[in-house]
Amino acid sequence: MWKHHARFERHSLWLIIGIIITVSIGGLVEISPLFYLESTIENVKGVRPYTPLEQAGRNIYVREGCYVCHSQMIRPLRDEVERYGHYSLAAESMYDHPFQWGSKRTGPDLARVGGKYSDSWHVDHLTNPRSVVPESNMPPYAFLAKRELDYRAIEKHLASLRGVGVPYTDAQLKNAREDLETQVDAFAGERSGLKTRYGAKVTQRDFDGNPEMLTEMDALVAYLQVLGTMVDFKTYKATDPENLR
Amino acid sequence: MTQAAVSRDDAPLNALVLFTFTGVAALLAILATAFSPDPAFRFHGWVMIGAFVTAFMVMAVGLANGRFKDEPTRYHDGVVRAGVIATMFWAIAGLAAGGLVAAQLSWPNIFYFPQFPELNFGRLRPLHTSAVIFAFGGNALIATSFYVVQRTSKARLFGGAWPWFVFWGYQLFIVLAATGYVAGITQGREYAEPEWYVDLWLTIVWVAYLLVFLGTIWKRKEPHIYVANWFYLAFIVTIAILHLVNNAALPVGLLETKSYSAFAGVQDALTQWWYGHNAVGFFLTAGFLAMMYYFVPKRVERPVYSYRLSIVHFWSLIFIYIWAGPHHLHYTALPQWAQTLGMTFSVMLWMPSWGGMINGLMTLSGAWDKLRTDPVVRMMVVAIAFYGMSTFEGPLMSIRAVNALSHYTDWTIGHVHSGALGWVGFISFGAIYCLVPWLWKKDRLYSNTLVEWHFWIATTGILLYIAAMWVSGIMEGLMWREYTPQGYLANAFVETVAAKHIENVIRTLGGVMYLAGAVIMSYNLWRTIRMPSSATADLSAPAPNPLLAAAE
Amino acid sequence: MSGLTYETVAAFAQQGGTIYFGLIFMGGLAYALWPRNKEAFRRLAQLPLEDDDHV
Repeated sequence: MWKHHARFERHSLWLIIGIIITVSIGGLVEISPLFYLESTIENVKGVRPYTPLEQAGRNIYVREGCYVCHSQMIRPLRDEVERYGHYSLAAESMYDHPFQWGSKRTGPDLARVGGKYSDSWHVDHLTNPRSVVPESNMPPYAFLAKRELDYRAIEKHLASLRGVGVPYTDAQLKNAREDLETQVDAFAGERSGLKTRYGAKVTQRDFDGNPEMLTEMDALVAYLQVLGTMVDFKTYKATDPENLR
Repeated sequence: MTQAAVSRDDAPLNALVLFTFTGVAALLAILATAFSPDPAFRFHGWVMIGAFVTAFMVMAVGLANGRFKDEPTRYHDGVVRAGVIATMFWAIAGLAAGGLVAAQLSWPNIFYFPQFPELNFGRLRPLHTSAVIFAFGGNALIATSFYVVQRTSKARLFGGAWPWFVFWGYQLFIVLAATGYVAGITQGREYAEPEWYVDLWLTIVWVAYLLVFLGTIWKRKEPHIYVANWFYLAFIVTIAILHLVNNAALPVGLLETKSYSAFAGVQDALTQWWYGHNAVGFFLTAGFLAMMYYFVPKRVERPVYSYRLSIVHFWSLIFIYIWAGPHHLHYTALPQWAQTLGMTFSVMLWMPSWGGMINGLMTLSGAWDKLRTDPVVRMMVVAIAFYGMSTFEGPLMSIRAVNALSHYTDWTIGHVHSGALGWVGFISFGAIYCLVPWLWKKDRLYSNTLVEWHFWIATTGILLYIAAMWVSGIMEGLMWREYTPQGYLANAFVETVAAKHIENVIRTLGGVMYLAGAVIMSYNLWRTIRMPSSATADLSAPAPNPLLAAAE
Repeated sequence: MSGLTYETVAAFAQQGGTIYFGLIFMGGLAYALWPRNKEAFRRLAQLPLEDDDHV
């Protein structure tokens, strides 16, 4: 009886080992070099971690499933570059946990939507897409403007992101809450802590047009407005040897 | 084994362990809910409390009444019956969600409700995909694998009450995932949307599933393992690997829903599509091929066309599939060597896929008349034909030049649905049409005419769906890249949206027809179950194994 | 990891992958065609057709 059992188990054991060997090598060979190969991510200036408000907006983008209809990945094809702007670099999503490249364009690509439209256009469009684009079939997001942003755990969020490799500094973690509130303050000024910590290019304004309340709309529009604006393409040379892949 | 050690009145050890497990889980869920600062987490906490407390109480009553006794001489079919019912339930739910999201894209002014953000497309589409893939497909796979592994091993399911844990644990996973999407709890990774704690729960369920399945194989009375079980095993093992790697994430806190993926950007993208494509390869292909390798021979009463081919099919399929993921990332920021590798293996994948298709179809050789006389056989054969079609289309679309046009368009959606509705849906429906009379001891289905209706309505629905998506996909792909003679882009993006309206409507119609077929099927199955049982006839029939039959 | 260049990775993955596939394929083929397995496969192919009401 026992002899039989040993024999039987050997069959299934070999089968499992065979399956594991067969299916694991391919993934290892394809995925692991990406973590070691330096040329995988271009060396560009300007890409920085998201500010707390932008990150909170990104979380709303993820929560609402925007990625199921909008890509954030411009391919190096003539029509895409002309329609959306410079093709996307790997470096531009190096702090994106998770990536939101998407797989479907029911709506247009958003990789460089930042700065293309005004804040109030975004607010109107999100509130009722068909009020500004009559043929659109995008869902309405009016509730975002009425809902207060929940940022009670924003420090923990940034700490968690640092845990997976985003280079937030101690000062950025410590002042996360203050930085978040500063970014929607139109009167914060050029010397705000936010700008010293995240760079002079960071925009500080009341994104949703309602200074009374810090809403989810503020956060989402702040995120949309920073998309694709970090890299200065005047200084990026695609033909530099270090950028050839 | 342990049964001998336990006296007749005692509950079996496995049930006591499970009972303790549900109790501990209930306690943990209560504590987590009480202390969590996150309202979304508390909401899921209540769902878990409800599930675990109910399970604990049901088991307490069952144990007090002497239930959960193992009957080693009989097959464990109760859990398979439950699986069949769950499969049909989730099929209808998932297809209905699909119909709703299709209607939203067709008539946004009617089917969006500004006061209910929970019902927006972005939250419902993951609900639809998860409901059809993981709820409908997953239940079909678990139920049929439990049936097939018992029959081909000639042994009762291993683990006593634990197959029930696999079943109910998986339903809890589905409910947590689905309610999570609607409430806005998501990782934002396609087909891997559930958050970290739901992933952990699925891991527990999956390990139990693997052990039940393997344990049954270990008890088998045949020296070798039937090839369908190879496919099921590859499905279970590989999905476990994919799930663990792709869902690697750091939670914001132990009592918070939100987590951040361990990977970022390009690494995250490849990890995700390595997962995503192999969810197709191992969940939606390998598992359902296992179904094909058991139910087609069984139904047409002929052995599989070539057992040798099935072995070559198996190894080449599982090897090649795992490399194909990067074809989802053509022309992206993924390094080109990985794209090339993904494309090459995707094209190679055509060969084992068609090897399997030929093996399934040729099993009917000498019994082709069954195509005419048995609508269930016809359904399974059409499923195999759709498998052949979508595994030809897939390699085609993985070629970079074709992908430049097809990517981001509705063509991909059409491709996925020819595989999902045609192959996965039809082979599962075929298997369930076989299973229900076998499991409930009936001579036949309630109505073959209704099967005919189901078949034709659903087939027409699929054809409408995929034809509409081919047209709209290629159209929008061409419109995006269309230039005026002056060298400007000819179309604004929104013009391509407007141009697709009629195709969106046809797609909705096709999907609703497919749903209607599933409703007809459910009615037919319900009436079959309510038919007088053929059990009395069964007893008078000569038992094939008198020794064991007498022992029952 | 300075020794790891685009070219080495590409060559290793593409050539190694092909060779590795060849080995797995040959292994599977050999197992399928091995004469001693013929009888087992014949028997296995009949498995689903046998009576399945009793353990």
